[in-house]
Amino acid sequence: MSITYLEAIREAQYEALREDPSVFLYGQDIATFGGAFKATKNLSKEFPNRVFDAPISEDAMVGMAIGAAVEGARPIIEMQFADFSSIGFNQIVNQAATLFWRTNVPCPITIRLPSGGTAGSGPFHSQSMEAIYAHYPGLVIVTPATVEDAYWMLLDSVKLNDPVIFCEHKFLYYHLKADQIGDRELPIGKARIARPGRHATIVTYSAMVHEALRAAEELQLDGYQIEVVDLRSVKPMDTDTILASVARTGRLLALGEAFPWGGVTAEIIARVTTDGFHLLDAPPMRLNSKDTPIPYHPNLWKSHRPTTSTIAAALRRLLRN
Amino acid sequence: MYLVALASSINCAETDLTAEFRDQFLLTYQHMLLSRVLEEKLGSLYRAGGRIVGGVYLGKGQEAFSAALGVQLRKGKDIYGPLIRDQAGRIAFGEPIIDTVRTYLGAVTGPMRGRDGNIHRGRPKEGHMAMISHLGSLLSVVAGGLFARRLAGRLGDSIGATSIGDGGTSTGAFHEGLNMAAVEKLPIIVSIANNQYAYSTPNTRQYACENLVDRAAGYGIEGVTVDATDLASCLKAFRAAVIRARDGGGPQMVVGTLLRLAGHGEHDDASYIPDKARQGPSARDCLQVAEDYARDRGWMSSAELRELNEEVRRNIDQTVSKVSKEPAPDPFKENWQALSCAELVEGQHEA
Repeated sequence: MSITYLEAIREAQYEALREDPSVFLYGQDIATFGGAFKATKNLSKEFPNRVFDAPISEDAMVGMAIGAAVEGARPIIEMQFADFSSIGFNQIVNQAATLFWRTNVPCPITIRLPSGGTAGSGPFHSQSMEAIYAHYPGLVIVTPATVEDAYWMLLDSVKLNDPVIFCEHKFLYYHLKADQIGDRELPIGKARIARPGRHATIVTYSAMVHEALRAAEELQLDGYQIEVVDLRSVKPMDTDTILASVARTGRLLALGEAFPWGGVTAEIIARVTTDGFHLLDAPPMRLNSKDTPIPYHPNLWKSHRPTTSTIAAALRRLLRN
Repeated sequence: MYLVALASSINCAETDLTAEFRDQFLLTYQHMLLSRVLEEKLGSLYRAGGRIVGGVYLGKGQEAFSAALGVQLRKGKDIYGPLIRDQAGRIAFGEPIIDTVRTYLGAVTGPMRGRDGNIHRGRPKEGHMAMISHLGSLLSVVAGGLFARRLAGRLGDSIGATSIGDGGTSTGAFHEGLNMAAVEKLPIIVSIANNQYAYSTPNTRQYACENLVDRAAGYGIEGVTVDATDLASCLKAFRAAVIRARDGGGPQMVVGTLLRLAGHGEHDDASYIPDKARQGPSARDCLQVAEDYARDRGWMSSAELRELNEEVRRNIDQTVSKVSKEPAPDPFKENWQALSCAELVEGQHEA
């Protein structure tokens, strides 16, 4: 018996609906059809009148969630792909994110963003939007990398009294499995040491955690012990855990699948160089995707995003410095 | 000429003019007057400089249309999403004018506590949504409130209402929100104040259909037009729309034709509005039209009007003077937290 990352997301929504009658689901094709990825499979049957098909209107979907939240509901909105959340961008960053600060009324909504690249998905079904949303005050951005985190962090997100952008990685949907969902270990806002080490630190999140772990395995053959920090949430960012890791290793590689300009990896570097410059034995490094739209053909796509081998190469450069 | 236009615009049959209607008319007129005088005061404070930091955005000429909707709504029961030129509607809904003054002056005592200003104000928990500047985006929010109530089995006979102008109807948010509200068959009134100009852009550059109400058919909802300079017609139109919405008729569009009798804001002299438009029937002052209407029917004497005017002015002056003495927000007392969950707030890592 095992459970995939995708099934964990379904189970978390099942549990959220079961626990709290104020939770409802709104999104495109999520009712009878069960969602484009089947993340809501059978939920409309199990919870009649709690799971709704939405028109193709990302702006209105988020707007309606905000209005519902003001009325005491805790809606979960499914974007069919993270990419399409750009249509709901205004409602997310201007309406949801400002509501509490402006009016003192909390906005407990969870927006699920099927994120990141998979082979053949092309420029508009592969994006990672976490940095865009993290830029705006008033939002919590979570980026689970494990089956347990997909489950527990989604449940935690729904309970949170603030708007949460839940970036779930499509590449992990079917590939990533766990024997069972263990106990809830860490709250949102705390990073996890995914692998301990002492020669260099990779700080990353979401699907790149697994690429980083594979690269760390590779480097172990050369005698290097690489520490991997899984941020779990990019906002808030657990700077203390990052700094503690860099204090142990003296070397930092900030790794992310998103586009290179600005973003989460730049934020990691900024924080470490600002607060922990003295901890560094070498200039910190960043590894991101290339600065082009995300390509369609697998040959191009594999070279566009960081992979185990490009991460391993970056680590070797970092360790030589 | 003016009198002819006035007479032809009144399409309320005299038999409709029950005592209840008269009372609602007079009540709404008072809201309109309060709004007009309050906005004049805000305009003069703006021009005097120093007190009001940001802009001032007036609803002059739109009071009848705005208040005729607001007065149908029940605070604490209905959800209202007003827009820029809805001072009169907000008053009619039950917003105290001190909330307006405090927000314009940025007082920490106001509903927005100096964090937001002027027309961007509300008390969402009382059903008064606080607009953001992005036009059309409140429609789906009001709809969402109704949706949640229906889901929780406590919609009852409550309705929602939101306003927009001709320009705002061109946004994607407006379309998405109205389409969604129609799909969900929500009891929401969508009032469109067609004031001919979106800031400086005339209707000819805004939409290509003959009348904005033609769009209602496309959404599968009911829509009516009304001479928005005429309070009696506005009241009649919104009363009917509210009844249809409460009876399960889904969203109701009411398009009012009028002319903004001010600039987009007080910084704008509206010189782009040609004289011809300024002299047309849409440029009638709804406050004057309502006043004449009431006086002609013997509902209000000139003496009563004068008295009401004085009382309104006193009330506003007292409010402004009270708020002027209230504290401005203090950056050192501000908690600077955009999240309600304090443990998730960042900011400890500033250089």
